Amino acid sequence: MIPFLKQNRLLSFAFGFVVLQVLLAGFAPLLAPYDPFNQVMAERMQGPSMLHWLGTDQLGRDVLARILFGYRTSLLTCGTAVLIALVLGGTLGMLAAYYKGWFDRIVMRLMDVLFAFPILLLAIGIIAILGPSTWSAAFAIAIVYTPIFARLLRGPALVICESEYAMGARAIGASDARIIFAHILPNLSSVLLVQTSLLLSAAILVEASLSFLGLGAQPPVPSLGLMLSEGRNFLMLSPWPAIFAGFAILFLSFGFNLLGDALRDTLDPRLRGQEA
Amino acid sequence: MQSRFILNRLVDLLFVLFGVSIVVFLMIRLIPGDAVAIMLGANTDITPERVAELRARLGLDQPFYMQYLDWIGGIFRGDFGTSVWTGRPVATEIAAHVWPTLELTLLSVLVGAGLSIPIGCFMAEARGRSSEVAVRIGAIAGLTIPSFWLGIVSIFLVSKLLPGVSALGYVPFTEDPLGNLQRMILPVIALSLPMLANLSRLVRSAMLDALGQDYIRTARAKGAGHRRLIYKHALRNALIPFITSVGVLTGYMLGGAIVVEQVFAIPGLGRLVLGAISERNYPLVQATILVMTFAFVFVNFLVDLLYAVIDPRVARK
Repeated sequence: MIPFLKQNRLLSFAFGFVVLQVLLAGFAPLLAPYDPFNQVMAERMQGPSMLHWLGTDQLGRDVLARILFGYRTSLLTCGTAVLIALVLGGTLGMLAAYYKGWFDRIVMRLMDVLFAFPILLLAIGIIAILGPSTWSAAFAIAIVYTPIFARLLRGPALVICESEYAMGARAIGASDARIIFAHILPNLSSVLLVQTSLLLSAAILVEASLSFLGLGAQPPVPSLGLMLSEGRNFLMLSPWPAIFAGFAILFLSFGFNLLGDALRDTLDPRLRGQEA
Repeated sequence: MQSRFILNRLVDLLFVLFGVSIVVFLMIRLIPGDAVAIMLGANTDITPERVAELRARLGLDQPFYMQYLDWIGGIFRGDFGTSVWTGRPVATEIAAHVWPTLELTLLSVLVGAGLSIPIGCFMAEARGRSSEVAVRIGAIAGLTIPSFWLGIVSIFLVSKLLPGVSALGYVPFTEDPLGNLQRMILPVIALSLPMLANLSRLVRSAMLDALGQDYIRTARAKGAGHRRLIYKHALRNALIPFITSVGVLTGYMLGGAIVVEQVFAIPGLGRLVLGAISERNYPLVQATILVMTFAFVFVNFLVDLLYAVIDPRVARK
């Protein structure tokens, strides 16, 4: 990855932007100027100042501290969700491509059914069953993304299964597991890297939407979507919490999308060398 | 061959509709604990009779397959059950909320898809210039701006800059066409922006692909003008992936509409389903999800057929 970074300015910018935000989230307890739960009623709904860089919300909590911890909630929820979807969907897609036949047909038909739902609607339906919480939102996003990963990996995996080196491996007696994990999986890594980044970007928006609708993180958890919906009620008195929370969601989602986009250009052999 | 393709797509369609109905049907049965007790919730006058009555009304006292057949049979007759609290037929509730969502989604698809063609063509022509990176970053920003945030900020700006203009709520087009369209402007912008960004990028790359083909060189050699080259020869071929994406993105639009309706206080299906969730009115939740998903599946079915009309190679495969 490092040699790529030197070649491509867009990629290194995107990578740095994402890493910066992940670090902000990771070190939130050290970096946050105030306790994100601490309510100071006397300092409610202030604009940005030297004391509170991004102002305070309707309960007098520091907006910067809540955004830093909100990054954490968002990245943890979406990271877990996309990871589950990747492992579950990716495995199903690869196995379907490898074993073909009835197994392939059944698995992909099931994925078709899940894929038929509008993403947010299916997530809302799942949360209606589980009850609103951060983990319901993570679970819902995981389920919604599973068919996407399954479809994404099945196609390229099918091509690799037909390739000479996969057949060669089988001819010298490699086991199914070895062919799948040592030969097919490594060849899918660039697709995986690009799509995971792009889907994380989309998942951040889905999670924020769910929290905004009151179906994700519940108060007083610091959550970017929740900050927007709370800030909306006090918009005319103090627009700052809603505005800054929106920027935070935008930056986070933008970073991963740009990273995925730049990775695709760099890793796709057909595009390589066009941009440098 | 053509009819065989349509037949195959119809079988796929029926299977997906069946699968979707099973998933939606299972929803209410998957609720941990007793769905009926949860539905009645904090209601003080719960008696065992009332629980049993609601259970019978929802058909939960019957064997599984009978429950499904009853439910799906009712839907075929236009009977989606009755709302748990109001006792009104669910079909009536949905019919009362369907128009705002339909209008919002249709207008947004028109705006998003319509504008993306000239913008995408422009981006394709601008390729290689220094402005390209800016345009590309702009498109990603459009894709990742949370639509509800854009909505909130636009409401705030309108109320500050244009006091007296009502940006919220909904009036039926038949009552006040101007007021209806005026209130639709901001929601449509908020909802269509991600689609616009997505499709512009797609048009751009499809155009670049098409412009590199041999038939473009032939057309140019035969003396076709620049405009004719772009809009007649390249664009027509670039439209094929475009139309598929419009179908897929309609699903995002339906999801996005739920959020945008909430922001702009538009009484559509999104508000209906959210209200139903907070009231634990499960028959209404189920029916709304089913209706919206079926609509999405049908749109994609039509797109598939359209696809085969534009590109006959698809049907022959």
